[in-house]
Amino acid sequence: MLEIRNLHVRVDGHEILKGLDLSVHAGEVHSIMGPNGSGKSTLAQVIAGRDLYEVTGGQIVYQGRDLLELAPEERAGAGVFLAFQYPVEIPGVSTSYFLKSALNAVRRQRGESETDAVEFLELVKDKIQALGMDERLLSRALNEGFSGGEKKRNEILQMAVLEPRLAVLDETDSGLDIDALRIVADGVNRLRSADRAFVVVTHYQRLLNYIVPDVVHVLVDGRIVRSGGRELALELEERGYGWLEQEAGATAVGA
Amino acid sequence: MSVALEQDNRFLAAFDDWRMSGGVRPPAWLADVREAAVARFAELGFPTLRDEDWRFTDVEPIARGRFVHAPPSAEVTLDDLRPYLWSGESACHLVFVNGRYVAALSNADGLPPGVIAGSLADALQAPARGDHWIQDHLARYADYERHAFAALSTAFITDGALLYVPRGCALDRPVHLLYVTAANGEPLATHPRNLLIAEQGSRLSVTETYATLGGGVHFTNPVTELVAGPGAVVDHGRLEREGPDALHVGTLQIHQRRDSDVRSHCLTFGGALVRHDLNVVLAGEGAHCLLNGLYVVGGRQHVDNHLRVEHAAPHGTSRENFKGILGERSRAVFTGRIVVRAGAQKTDGKQSNRNLLLSDGAKVNTRPQLEIFADDVKCTHGATVGQLDREALFYLRSRGLTAAEARSLLVHAFARESLEQVGIEPLRRQLHALLAERLAAAHALEAPP
Repeated sequence: MLEIRNLHVRVDGHEILKGLDLSVHAGEVHSIMGPNGSGKSTLAQVIAGRDLYEVTGGQIVYQGRDLLELAPEERAGAGVFLAFQYPVEIPGVSTSYFLKSALNAVRRQRGESETDAVEFLELVKDKIQALGMDERLLSRALNEGFSGGEKKRNEILQMAVLEPRLAVLDETDSGLDIDALRIVADGVNRLRSADRAFVVVTHYQRLLNYIVPDVVHVLVDGRIVRSGGRELALELEERGYGWLEQEAGATAVGA
Repeated sequence: MSVALEQDNRFLAAFDDWRMSGGVRPPAWLADVREAAVARFAELGFPTLRDEDWRFTDVEPIARGRFVHAPPSAEVTLDDLRPYLWSGESACHLVFVNGRYVAALSNADGLPPGVIAGSLADALQAPARGDHWIQDHLARYADYERHAFAALSTAFITDGALLYVPRGCALDRPVHLLYVTAANGEPLATHPRNLLIAEQGSRLSVTETYATLGGGVHFTNPVTELVAGPGAVVDHGRLEREGPDALHVGTLQIHQRRDSDVRSHCLTFGGALVRHDLNVVLAGEGAHCLLNGLYVVGGRQHVDNHLRVEHAAPHGTSRENFKGILGERSRAVFTGRIVVRAGAQKTDGKQSNRNLLLSDGAKVNTRPQLEIFADDVKCTHGATVGQLDREALFYLRSRGLTAAEARSLLVHAFARESLEQVGIEPLRRQLHALLAERLAAAHALEAPP
């Protein structure tokens, strides 16, 4: 589903990703872990199409298409979704209006018919309940004045409504208490299916107790330095990232 | 100065021609007022960039223009007005073509007894209640001693809307005043003069719309005097949607008595050079006024909103919220002055001017000015000039909205607060449509650099 080869990315003249390779198949959940500043969020944003980042080398192939050729909205239409680490507050736009606009935008791109107000409300209310959220959030301005946990749950709500093929979660667990974490994880697990893949970016192993990954990758200094099963995450929890950073450093010096 | 005088003389000469051309003679008191005003205009001349109140707005195109006092036009039909009228409403509408009331195009039937809604010119000829009450108000508030354009308007007082709501009367139907200039190939000048009076405890909803039929350069110089009696509640709108070559200098003079509540909405979409002078005097205790503004401009449009709110009595509250959306090489000027007179204790004044620039070529000058002569008051002001938030744009696009949709959504969101404050429903609906139409224009939402 997603094939990243030798990806190099710069921002403000600094190289952040330095030849990253990643292969994700439909039905899989991959976790990207790593210390702060290793490039995890950059990877997530580049997949979604943020223009702040300059791709200087490599390629990203998504469902056989060159993802880097697509505008952010085209990626969304093609089924790519990013749950933002810092969801943006947009005063003056109600959450309901935004959700409906987004749903219709991706439906248009997918050649599906647009939803009407009644159908939309039914669909969204179910998902709101499932996420343990308050329906009143629909009439609130998008993310405005939302608590950290509400913002993250709102991201998961958007994911549930848009039903992407590839969902990238960028530190969705940060700032969540254990109950919120469970709700978010439930939201993800409910969407898991054979034709859908997840890339879960996280700093902590904690989330992976609830969203059990198929593959865990460790990103250090712009490259994936180790991949393994779930046990790798547990090892990281115990030992931290230091030993892998040292190894990566040694490789870099040796190279 | 000689150049300025020569330019002014065109309007002075026009005044002489017009006075000599006969027509209906005004009542003697009004003839005196007009003579005083034209004499004062000759002294004042047009303001220049050296005048502090006109520092950023050059009225040369008006001063130099060879404007012709607009003649009546008989060629306008209801169909021509359709785009501007409020559809499907029982609104009372009064239509003015080239500054003159046209009864055949207007509908002021079925108003409550005692309400007057019609032509100022007619009322001056056949005063309904004796003309002393018109004399008591007309040209008493808009200061033609100090303001050149008010003087020019006063010199040319002929026609406009006369609205009178008697004591305790709630006029439920919104009144729509539509002023069109019908082009005839010459650069026309009109000076609509409106007197709107809401007596004690009455309610009034009135909107002025300015539009152009045909096209070409013309000059509109409307002056509206609005008097809110004790406890009166007035919703007022002023919508400028004239053609792309229109020059418009409008004055709104609001006089509020005790406990009155006036909400005035100043909305600018059209015109090449637009200046609004909004002057409010909170003369009575406990009066409340809201000045809500929105300007949506592009091309090389220039819009200048010049607000002056004078708190002359205690316990008054004033709110000024002006927002601007500027594209291409447009320019906006905002001056908001709050004056608190000695003795106007417990004044609560808030002012805000927020601007959204959609292009690098657009420019804003915003100036808050506070003059406070009382010690127990609360006055705040704030101004911002910004661009669309790139994070927000990316967020929306990542959810499937195209760049244009995302920009449009954010611009609507920015304007929303201003539109929501418009309590005049048919006007608000029209504004939503106008905004959508403006943003749908290909050039309106340029990609950020």
